[in-house]
Amino acid sequence: MPELDEVKQAESASAAEHPFAIEKVRQDFPALSLSVHGKPLVYLDNAASTQKPVSVLDAADRCYREYYSNVHRGVHHLSQKATDAYEEARCKVQGFLGAARSEEIVFVRGATEGINLVASTFGRGRVKAGDEVLITEMEHHSNIVPWQMLCGEVGATLRVAPIDDRGEVILEEYEKLINEHTRLVAMVYISNALGTINPVARMIEMAHARDVPVLVDGAQAVPHKAVDVQALDCDFFVFSGHKMFGPTGIGALYGKLDLLTSMPPYQGGGEMIRSVTFAKTDYADPPARFEAGTPNIVGAIAMGAAVDYLQGIGLKAIGWYESGLLDYATEVLSAAPGVRLVGTATHRASVVSFVIDGVHPHDAGTILDREGIAVRAGHHCAQPVMDHFGVPATVRASLALYNTRQEIDRLVSGVAKVKEIFS
Amino acid sequence: MSELTDLYQEVILDHNKHPRNFGQIEAADHCARGDNPLCGDQLTLYLRMDGDRVAEVRFEGQGCAISTASASILTEVVTGKTLEEVEALFESFHELLTGDPSVVAEVGPELGKLAVFAGVREFPVRVKCATLAWHTLRAAISDGDEAASTE
Repeated sequence: MPELDEVKQAESASAAEHPFAIEKVRQDFPALSLSVHGKPLVYLDNAASTQKPVSVLDAADRCYREYYSNVHRGVHHLSQKATDAYEEARCKVQGFLGAARSEEIVFVRGATEGINLVASTFGRGRVKAGDEVLITEMEHHSNIVPWQMLCGEVGATLRVAPIDDRGEVILEEYEKLINEHTRLVAMVYISNALGTINPVARMIEMAHARDVPVLVDGAQAVPHKAVDVQALDCDFFVFSGHKMFGPTGIGALYGKLDLLTSMPPYQGGGEMIRSVTFAKTDYADPPARFEAGTPNIVGAIAMGAAVDYLQGIGLKAIGWYESGLLDYATEVLSAAPGVRLVGTATHRASVVSFVIDGVHPHDAGTILDREGIAVRAGHHCAQPVMDHFGVPATVRASLALYNTRQEIDRLVSGVAKVKEIFS
Repeated sequence: MSELTDLYQEVILDHNKHPRNFGQIEAADHCARGDNPLCGDQLTLYLRMDGDRVAEVRFEGQGCAISTASASILTEVVTGKTLEEVEALFESFHELLTGDPSVVAEVGPELGKLAVFAGVREFPVRVKCATLAWHTLRAAISDGDEAASTE
């Protein structure tokens, strides 16, 4: 019978407004019942970081209480249990990303560290003076600065594929920028500042047509849509646990095994070696080669629980629900007097970025906060995007699977209050 | 709502909408740029001196209502003051924004117009907005090569 129920649910999901039980989902997140300045919290800062479900909190707590020990070291019982759980989390991430093998998953601190790892190992080995690294104009600083540092160090050039006024990469320009000097393309899957979903599969194909490997920054993608790194055929993919309902300080780098195997270590230390003498060290195979020192054991295990949580609900159902919510938010905010949306790409996820006539986003953020509404007001670590649209900053409401239309309505009332104070 | 109206007082909203002394000084003796990386506020302050006294201050840039009003009011209150008086005023202002409320009551009167920023104290993350122009003024006076930053 459960199978039949699932089918029914899936059928109604495509048409219905709520493909999953939103009230139940909300109950999974203790923080959602907080009050802020005496008002029920409306948490719309999910692109910065998400709240955590009970199952993630429990997974971390259970590890510390019931089977905590260092991993890959001891022969004792607890070490074995912790190692099993840690490696099981790696397999969960492998399944989550559709990777062929668990050895292709490297645990890192987050997307930022994943990008830095690739820049300083793969990048440093491959990018030489006169070469080019290509990114897009909508990158987060984390996918600009590591490449800038690398290019500066080796004498290469950072090229930037421009975006149009809706906030979409101009594909013809992007394709033109891939040339015989291009050694690597790094691009965001979903823009944290604009919500644009890039046609990454096509963009990867264009790069591969010229034998250029591609890194995809998937930090904003994984909480909202199913990812299949093999179908995308990306060479590297990074994401952060804390933006997908997992803990901070943990994330993952996916890399094709032959590439990871060809790369030198990132940091030296314990765990990443096969044998060490004062004369020479033999490095371990991936992923251990890139995980020097005691890793974030509990973080990885709890991130595995976040993967379970997302897959339990289903990324398809989440996608349907969120897209209805985003359409609603876009509609009511566009209709609000004095509000201008920044980023109106045809394919968007999660993010509504906007400015209010005559009001700096920072002031709007403060007033909304007093209404219990958490939004981000600023440049969202994407200053070049702000420059493109000629604004110093925007107000950004970023949605997650636990947000509701009622919360969007509260945001709209909050915006009206902002206008009232600044009238 | 009352804390918000304390923060966004009429005077502040007015200076935000109609900033005084907005623009450049062609023959500036000092100039500095200030950034608040947290929210993207940035301003450039121009300063013309008459001996040890501030003869004229102007500013340009963009920022939130608090930082714009603070820069605007700064240009009014420091004009004609000696550098020592300016420094003392900044210290009192800083005390107003971050200090112990009972102490603030005592330093209040000499602040004059700056007292409208008392409401900022209830919004700790906005203190940097209110002090950006002052940090920039300090940088301009000391002619540092580095841009002033609230971080």
